[in-house]
Amino acid sequence: MKRRDTLKSIALGSLGMATVPSTDLVAAPPEAPVKVPGGRQKEEAIRDAKLMAEKFFTPHELKTVTILCDIILPADKKTVSASQAGVPAFIEFMAKDQPANQVPLRGGLRWLDSESIKRFEKKFVEITPAQRIEIVDDIAYPEQAKPQFSQGVAFFSKMRDMTMTGFFTTRAGFDFLGYVGNTPNVWNGVPDEVLKQYNLSYDS
Amino acid sequence: MNNFHIQEAPKVYDVIIVGSGAGGGMAAYQLSKAGAKVCLLEAGGYFDPADPKYITQLKFPWESPRRGASTTRPFGDFDAAWGGWQIDGEPYSAKQGTEFHWFRSRMLGGRTNHWGRISLRFGPDDFRRGSLTGIGDDWPISYEDVAPYYDKVDKLVGIFGSKEGLRNEPDGHFLPPPKARLHELMIKKAGKNLGIPVIPSRLSILTKKINDERGQCFYCNQCGRACQAYADFSSSSVLCKPAVKTGNVTLINGAMCREVLTDQKTGLCTGVSYVDKATMEEKTVRGKIVVLAASTCESARLLLNSKSSRFPNGLANSSGVIGKYLNDSTGASRSAFIPALMNRKRYNEDGVGGMHVYTPWWLDNKKLDFPRGYHIEYGGGMGMPGYGFGMGIQNMNGKYAYPDGTKLPSGGYGSRLKDDAYRFYGAYVGMAGRGEPIPLESNYCEIDPNGVDKYGIPTLRFHYKWSDNEVKQAKHMQDTFEQIIHELGGIPMGDKPGADRNYGLEAPGRIIHEIGTVRMGSDPSKSALNKYMQGHDVKNLFVVDAAPFVTQGDKNVTWTILAMSWRTSDFIIDQVKQKNL
Repeated sequence: MKRRDTLKSIALGSLGMATVPSTDLVAAPPEAPVKVPGGRQKEEAIRDAKLMAEKFFTPHELKTVTILCDIILPADKKTVSASQAGVPAFIEFMAKDQPANQVPLRGGLRWLDSESIKRFEKKFVEITPAQRIEIVDDIAYPEQAKPQFSQGVAFFSKMRDMTMTGFFTTRAGFDFLGYVGNTPNVWNGVPDEVLKQYNLSYDS
Repeated sequence: MNNFHIQEAPKVYDVIIVGSGAGGGMAAYQLSKAGAKVCLLEAGGYFDPADPKYITQLKFPWESPRRGASTTRPFGDFDAAWGGWQIDGEPYSAKQGTEFHWFRSRMLGGRTNHWGRISLRFGPDDFRRGSLTGIGDDWPISYEDVAPYYDKVDKLVGIFGSKEGLRNEPDGHFLPPPKARLHELMIKKAGKNLGIPVIPSRLSILTKKINDERGQCFYCNQCGRACQAYADFSSSSVLCKPAVKTGNVTLINGAMCREVLTDQKTGLCTGVSYVDKATMEEKTVRGKIVVLAASTCESARLLLNSKSSRFPNGLANSSGVIGKYLNDSTGASRSAFIPALMNRKRYNEDGVGGMHVYTPWWLDNKKLDFPRGYHIEYGGGMGMPGYGFGMGIQNMNGKYAYPDGTKLPSGGYGSRLKDDAYRFYGAYVGMAGRGEPIPLESNYCEIDPNGVDKYGIPTLRFHYKWSDNEVKQAKHMQDTFEQIIHELGGIPMGDKPGADRNYGLEAPGRIIHEIGTVRMGSDPSKSALNKYMQGHDVKNLFVVDAAPFVTQGDKNVTWTILAMSWRTSDFIIDQVKQKNL
């Protein structure tokens, strides 16, 4: 029990009301009333705020995740990198939001460190970029990977999925894809030059 | 704390309506406009899609920490349904070896806030499938009885579509339909080559302004989020709000109904008892007429739970039919990749919420091995990316060459993945069949002898199994999808679902088109309601959701709920005038 809660139970007890049991049978209410963003229900806002306040990845894990994200989607002439677009924080949130992600992510990161130690006697964050790519090349191509790396392949595919979705649901991702909707407009049909390109028309 | 004494409100309303979705909203609208004092009970909270407090429309995925994933709402963070197939504290069960998934929206307007706006009239045949085919039952009324109300609903609510002159897909009073998108033009062309009709869809979305209360569609593709311009049909904005404005409607939100109350001497309804969710107090409202529109399963549950010495099987249930003949649309789907659409030119093709074209049922079941038809809905295009975008790219990116002709192994990492996201974006189409099932007495909901919800109200237990008829229909859907995909020059995604998976036939309840549990009919020994959806046993009880419907065609039933609720409202007004009620 946290000190704050102990004080609360004493206060309640001293007012002659039922004393709170000495273990936390009921979670303490959030400190401040949660601000409910537009379009959310109160219970959803409370849940989101609680998840935001929790931490899942250790600093070491988060560092590894960040390196992986930027191997998957690096900064280049086209766009910023995955980490610059905030992808590691998104993955952290999804681990808390959908707990089924937790073991595959945490375990996968352990698998990666273990593989790295086997090969280079150092964890993944401590080896050189070239050494990292050596490992990644063994787990990034599901159809070519050797059977002994199958767990690594599954983990890397998950990281690729999360990184892709995390990146392409940001403004940077939208700009690169060329998505120009989600705004009031008038739909007047497919542009003429596109109709021509596909040999289609509205008359047929 | 729990105050368990029952609070009686002294007022006696002319009408109590339970539920504010399509059926309840329409009844509240018509009856309040006619001057009746109405109490509208809604189990969920207040909702107005134009109030920033509730707006999700035009939000971007990054405004959700989960980028719109479906963790807490089954159709994602931005969907305008408060509820889902599972609601905390409101369980249901199914008998062993059977399943039913029960979707509930607890909010003003119910499930109309997020629905697909597909607004299809039944055709003449849809009211008499029993006599036409020798399997199933006819309605106690015909298309001609409902047609005037379909016409009125078209004009009051607004719908776009095209006059096609198809006998069993009657034309209505249509606003102009939006032009087809690129992939829809391709589908239309493919359909033409295959002899499969592809026509403009019929959706209740305002492509033109119809009055000063509602705006015009601004083509954001987000009807599922409910429209702040009221440019699509939601019962909340189009019916409930104007009804409340008459000054004749008392809207009570958070009212979870327990029972319809009856006078044991007269056998008539006298009111409704409910749990006030905010205080957990038991409350009662009194009324001269009770109209249930709580949704197919919830209305059945309410009647079955309204037991008394006079009505030991539940209210209006001397036939024992309540709960039986539960049926949901069939559904099966397939998607495909269209190589010709790779690296396509970008422009805003959001369009209206949902498809601009669809395929009505086009074949003759006499020549097929299943007795009922289905329609096909189409998806695709350069929609707004959300949670899930780009996942599984390793299943695609090794199969197709880049613009410069090079091919790379599947999966990978680095800048190429950006090119992959770019080139495959908007290059997919999806198709989904929605078909008519045969309602069976053996598919039903009943009161679970062992269960109550958190309000202490006995819960439902389901017993539902698809028959061969639906499975064969799903098989036909899958074969048709492959034909269309092939004609499009597309590549089907995933494996074709076979017999082992019922050809991809969705589990009962997943399509959220359930009807049939409080059947209407001419014979009081086989039906609970007469042709005006009035209780055979209890003349001041009406049901105006889809529970009374004998069949559902392959026509998403919302438009028929609206028409039938209006028809029953007119009947109630007439009967009150004649002093029969």
